[in-house]
Amino acid sequence: MAIVTMREALNQALREEMQRDKNVFLMGEEVAAYQGAYKVTKGLLEKLGPKRVIDTPITELGFAGLGVGAAMAGLRPIVEFMTFNFSILATDQIINSAAKMLYMSGGQFNIPIVFRGPGGSAFQVSSQHSQALESWFAYFPGLKVVMPSTPADAKGLLKSSIRDNDPVIFIEQERMYGNKGEVSDDPEFTIPLGVADVKREGKDATIVARSLMVPVALKAAEALEKEGISCEVIDPRTIRPLDITTIVDSVKKTNRVVIAEESHPFCGVAAEIASEIMERAFDYLDAPVKRVSGVDVPMPYAKNLEDVAIPNVAQLVAAVKEVSYL
Amino acid sequence: MATQVIMPKLSPTMEEGQLTRWLKKEGDKVSMGEPLAEIDTDKATMEMQALGNGVLRKIFIQEGESAPLGQLIAIIGEPDEDISSLTSQAPASAPAKTAAASAEATPAPAGKEVADEPKAANTPEADTPASGNGRQAPAPIATAATGRLIVSPLAARMAAESGIDLRSVNGSGPGGRIVKRDVEGLIGQQGSATPSAATKQTQLRAVPSPVQPSAITVASAYRDEPASEMRRTIAKRLVTSLGPIPHFFLTTEIEMDRAAEMRSGINALDPELKISVNDIIIKVAAAALLQHPQVNASYQDKVVRYYEHADIGVAVAIEEGLITPIVRAADQKSLSQIAVEVRELAGRARERKLKPEEFMGATFSISNLGMFGIDEFTAVINPPEGAILAIGAMSPKPVVKDNQVVVRQMMRVTMSCDHRVIDGATGAKFLQTFKKIMENPLFLVV
Amino acid sequence: MAANQFKADPIVAKSTQDMRKRTPEPSRVGAEDASATGVMDHDQAEEADPRLDPAQAVKDAQKRRFAELDRATLIDIYRQMLLVRRFEEKSAEAYSTGKIGGFCHLYIGQEAVAIGAISAIRKDDYVLTSYREHAHAIAKGMSPGSVMAELYGKAGGCSHGKGGSMHMFDKEVNFLGGHGIVGGQIPLATGVAFATKYKETDQVTLCFFGEAAVNQGAFHESMNMAQLWKLPCIYICENNQYGMGTSLERAMSLQDISQKACAYEIASEFVDGMDVLAVREATLRAVERARKNYLPTLLEVRTYRFMGHSMSDPGNYRTRAEIERYQERDPLKLFSTSLKEEGIMSEAEMKKVDDEVRAEVEQAERFAEESPLPAPEELFTNVYANPIPEDE
Repeated sequence: MAIVTMREALNQALREEMQRDKNVFLMGEEVAAYQGAYKVTKGLLEKLGPKRVIDTPITELGFAGLGVGAAMAGLRPIVEFMTFNFSILATDQIINSAAKMLYMSGGQFNIPIVFRGPGGSAFQVSSQHSQALESWFAYFPGLKVVMPSTPADAKGLLKSSIRDNDPVIFIEQERMYGNKGEVSDDPEFTIPLGVADVKREGKDATIVARSLMVPVALKAAEALEKEGISCEVIDPRTIRPLDITTIVDSVKKTNRVVIAEESHPFCGVAAEIASEIMERAFDYLDAPVKRVSGVDVPMPYAKNLEDVAIPNVAQLVAAVKEVSYL
Repeated sequence: MATQVIMPKLSPTMEEGQLTRWLKKEGDKVSMGEPLAEIDTDKATMEMQALGNGVLRKIFIQEGESAPLGQLIAIIGEPDEDISSLTSQAPASAPAKTAAASAEATPAPAGKEVADEPKAANTPEADTPASGNGRQAPAPIATAATGRLIVSPLAARMAAESGIDLRSVNGSGPGGRIVKRDVEGLIGQQGSATPSAATKQTQLRAVPSPVQPSAITVASAYRDEPASEMRRTIAKRLVTSLGPIPHFFLTTEIEMDRAAEMRSGINALDPELKISVNDIIIKVAAAALLQHPQVNASYQDKVVRYYEHADIGVAVAIEEGLITPIVRAADQKSLSQIAVEVRELAGRARERKLKPEEFMGATFSISNLGMFGIDEFTAVINPPEGAILAIGAMSPKPVVKDNQVVVRQMMRVTMSCDHRVIDGATGAKFLQTFKKIMENPLFLVV
Repeated sequence: MAANQFKADPIVAKSTQDMRKRTPEPSRVGAEDASATGVMDHDQAEEADPRLDPAQAVKDAQKRRFAELDRATLIDIYRQMLLVRRFEEKSAEAYSTGKIGGFCHLYIGQEAVAIGAISAIRKDDYVLTSYREHAHAIAKGMSPGSVMAELYGKAGGCSHGKGGSMHMFDKEVNFLGGHGIVGGQIPLATGVAFATKYKETDQVTLCFFGEAAVNQGAFHESMNMAQLWKLPCIYICENNQYGMGTSLERAMSLQDISQKACAYEIASEFVDGMDVLAVREATLRAVERARKNYLPTLLEVRTYRFMGHSMSDPGNYRTRAEIERYQERDPLKLFSTSLKEEGIMSEAEMKKVDDEVRAEVEQAERFAEESPLPAPEELFTNVYANPIPEDE
C-alpha cells in the first residue's frame, strides 16, 4: 500500500496490464512521446516501446475504429481519448461497431477494448471541453461504463476493464487526477465491474454519487453528521452494468435518497437510477427521490458561473434536508 | 397570507369542474366556510366553500369555464396584500405550483464549489434559494381543498401494516404530506388511538348513549369480524347461483292503523312537522336494525362488516334516475329530525346538489313505491349494503281479528337480503321486529 | 518488425493516363500532371469511361491471361461467379415472396470484383466489406446455406439470425463482416491489418467499400493511418457509380478515386471491374506489396450494378439504355465467352457447372427453409461476452 495520486494509480494499472499481456497496446493522441496530455501515460513509451505505445494523429473516428478492428483480430486495445469530448467524433465506431459486433455476429466477435480518458467538467475551458457524457454511452447495451472516484478504484477498475472481454468506456474525472489515496501494489489487485461501493455508512438518508460527486457527497455527509443526520454514500463505480441492488438496499434502510451528478439532468444517469428506485423500492420511500444535477446549460467559461453549474456541498446538504423534511 | 383557491375535488371520479356561478365577486369580503362558488361536477352541482378569510382579490376563471383539479381559480387575501407572485401563475399554470418550484433552472448564487463546506453546509436556505434544491414552500391548501390524503409510500405502507387510519393523521411534510415520522408517532400510542375489534364489540349497545344527533353527518363507524369458513362457503356458493349478489326475498303484511294514527296525532300537535309514514318507516327500520345488527351489515370479501349505526338510504326518484340520500344514524334521530332531514335531502337530490358523502355509504336502504299504487315489489340491493326494504302502498283490506272480519290499513313490505351475510331466519327475525314496532309504534319510546 | 516496413514505398498513385493503360509498372505522379485535379469531362450516362476497353478488348486480354493460369483455377472462378449470380437471383425471389426481410442489396453485375479479388488471397487472409456482401461471404468460403439462412433470419444463419442481410460474419474463414454504416468497415479493416502486423503474421486484409464511402471521413482517416503506419490493408473501392440514387458526378468533386491515394502517398490502380482476371491481377500485385512489405494499396474497381440499390429501389435515376450498355459488358458473359472461345470449357462443361450451381443454390434455399427460427432466449444472448448478472 502506498499513497498515490489517481494519475499514478491509472499509470500503474496500464503498466501492469501491458506487462501482463502482450496483446494489450495503448494508442491515442500524445500518449507516447509527449508522455500523455494529462501525464497518465508517463513513462510507458520508455518501458514498453513504440510498438505498444502509439501516438496517433488527431483522427478519433479513425483510431477508434482501428482499435475495434484490431480487437476483432485478437488484440486488446486501450484507446485513449485526450478527453472524452473528442470521443463524440468516434461514436459511430464505439456504438455501431464496438457495442454491437458481438450481437450482430451471433456471438462470434467480442470486442475486448477500453476507451479511456478524462471526462466531466474541467476548469474554465467552456462548453466543448467540459461535459459529462456517461449517459450517452450507458444508453447502449453492449457497452460497459466505468467511472472511478478514488485512486484505488481507478487502478482496480481499470485493470478489470482491460481484462474484460467487452468494450468498456472508462471515464476518468479530469479534476480528480491529482486526488490522492491508498493504492495496492499487488499486481493482481482488481475491483470487479458492476459492484457498487458503500463509501460511507449511514441510516437516515442515502446519497448516490459517482465520480467527481463522491468527495462532494462525503463532505456533505460530514456536515450533516454534525447536525445529527447520518448519511450513507453509495458510489456505483460502474454505470453499466449498474449495481442497483446495493442502492435499493440502502434506500430500503434509509427511506430517502439524493442522487448527485455533475452531468445534465435530462435523460441522465440519475434519472435512470431514480426510476429504478421508484420501481423497486416505492413502498420504502418516505420522500420523492431527489436529484441534484449540473445545471441544464452548456458549461460557461466565467469562473463564477462555472462554479454554480456543478452541484456543491451546500446543495447536497439542502437536498438531504429536503428529503428528510427538515 | 393569501389563500389560493384551487379547483377542488368534489366527487370521487371528478377530473375537472365547471364553474357555474360565483357567489362572491372580486372585492367582496369572504370568511372561512362561506359559500364562494357553485361548481358543476360530473355528478352534481356543488357549493365550494372559502378556506380563508379576507377579500376575494382575484378570480381567474369565469362562469361557464372549466378547470382541471388543482388549478388555481381565485385568490383570497388581505385588501392590501401583494399577490403578484401568485397571480403570475394563473390561470393556465400547473396545479398548485409554488414560486420556489418554478425557479429550478436558474443557477444558484455562488455557493463555492468544493471549498468551504462546513460554512456552506450551514447556510440557511435563503442563501441557495434558486438552486433547484431549495425546499418547496408548503402548500397546505392543496390538501385541504381537495380532501385527498397526501402520504408518502412508506408512511402508507406503515399505516396499513399497523392498522392506522390515515384520515386521523396530520401530515407534517410539504403540502400536509403524511410521512414516516407522523405514522411512527402514532404506532407508539396505537393501543389507545386505534379502534380494535375487541373493544369496539362491547361498545355496541342496545340503548345508544345520548349524543347530539343533529351533529351526526359522518358515516357510521363499524367493526370488522372475520367471515367464518361457513359464511365464506355460503357466500361463495350462493354467488354462483344468482348474480354477483345472491338475493333472497322476505315479504310480510303490516297493519298500519296505529302508525297512521300516530302520524296524524303528531302532525296535529305541530302542523309544521309534516311527518310522513315513510319517516316512521325509516325510524322503525333504524330501531329494528339496532336490535338486529346481523342485518345492519355488509359482506366485504374477507370480513363481514357490522355497522354501529343505521345509516338509512332513502331512494328518491329524480329526473335523471334514482339517488339514495342517506339519513345518517337514523337510530339516534327523532322522527321530526328525520322528517326535516329527508325533506331537505330529497329537495337537494332533485336539484342535483348532494355532496358525495350524502349519497354514498348507507348501511341499509328503503325504497317506497306506495305512492305509485304498487302493492308489493322487490328491490335490488345497493352494494355493499346487506339489504333493502321495498315498501308497497297502504290500503284498507279485510282482515280477521278475534274471529271477526274487520277492515284495516295494510301495507306489504318485501326485504331483499344479501344471502352472503343475511340468512333466511336472520332476515325473518328482523322483519318480525320491524312489523312489531310498525304495528305498535309505542315500542319506539319504550 | 523488419526495418524496411518503415521505408517510404516506391509505389505510389499513378496518373490517369497511366491507369487507362493499366500498366503493371508504377510511375510517380508528377507535379506536371494537371489532370489529377480535373473533373471528368464527359457525361457518364451518355458514354462509357474512356479508361474502359470495349468488350472485345476485355475478352482478348482475358485470353492472353489464360496462359498464366491453370484450368482448374479458371473453372473455379467461373463457377464462383455463376454461383453468386444464381444465389442473388434466388435471394431476389425469396425477398419478393417475403421470406427475406429488411434491406436486401444484390450484387448482380459486380461479381467480377469480389470473386476476382478474393481469388487472389489465402484462406487465412481477412475480408471486410459493406452491406452488399453476400458474394464476398460466399467467395471467402462461407456456405451458401449459412448465408441464405441468415437472410431468412434463421438459427442456422452465419450470424444465427441476429445480423441479417447486412451483417454476415464467419470467424472460421476470417470473414469479418458486412457492415451497415457507409465507410464504417474501413477503419475496422485498417485495425485488422494493424493487428496482423502487430502479431507479425503475413496475413493481408481486403477491405471492400462502395465509391460513396470515399466521401466519408472514415476513408480518409484510414488511408492516412494505413500509409503512416504501413499496414497490410488492400482497399478495394467498388465504384458502381451510384451511391444509392446519386451518381458519382453529383456527389464527388474529384471523381478519379484512384487519384485520391496521392494525398496519402498510397499505391493505387484503376481496374476494369467487369474483367474478373484484371481484378484478380491487380489484387495479386497489392497482396504482394502487403505481404512482403506491410504496405497498403487502393484499388478503384469500376463496375456496375444491374439491379437497384436495394430491393426497394425504384431505379428512376438512370436510363434503361445505360443499364443495357453495361450489360453488354456483363462480367459473367465476358468471362464465359472467353472460356468457350479459347476452348477452356465446352458448352457441355458449362451446362454441367450451371446444373451443379443451381443444385447448390437450391440446397442453400432448402437449408434456410428447414433451419429453425432462433430460440426466443437468443434475444438476450451475445450482448456481453462477460455478462454481469443484474440480480442475484
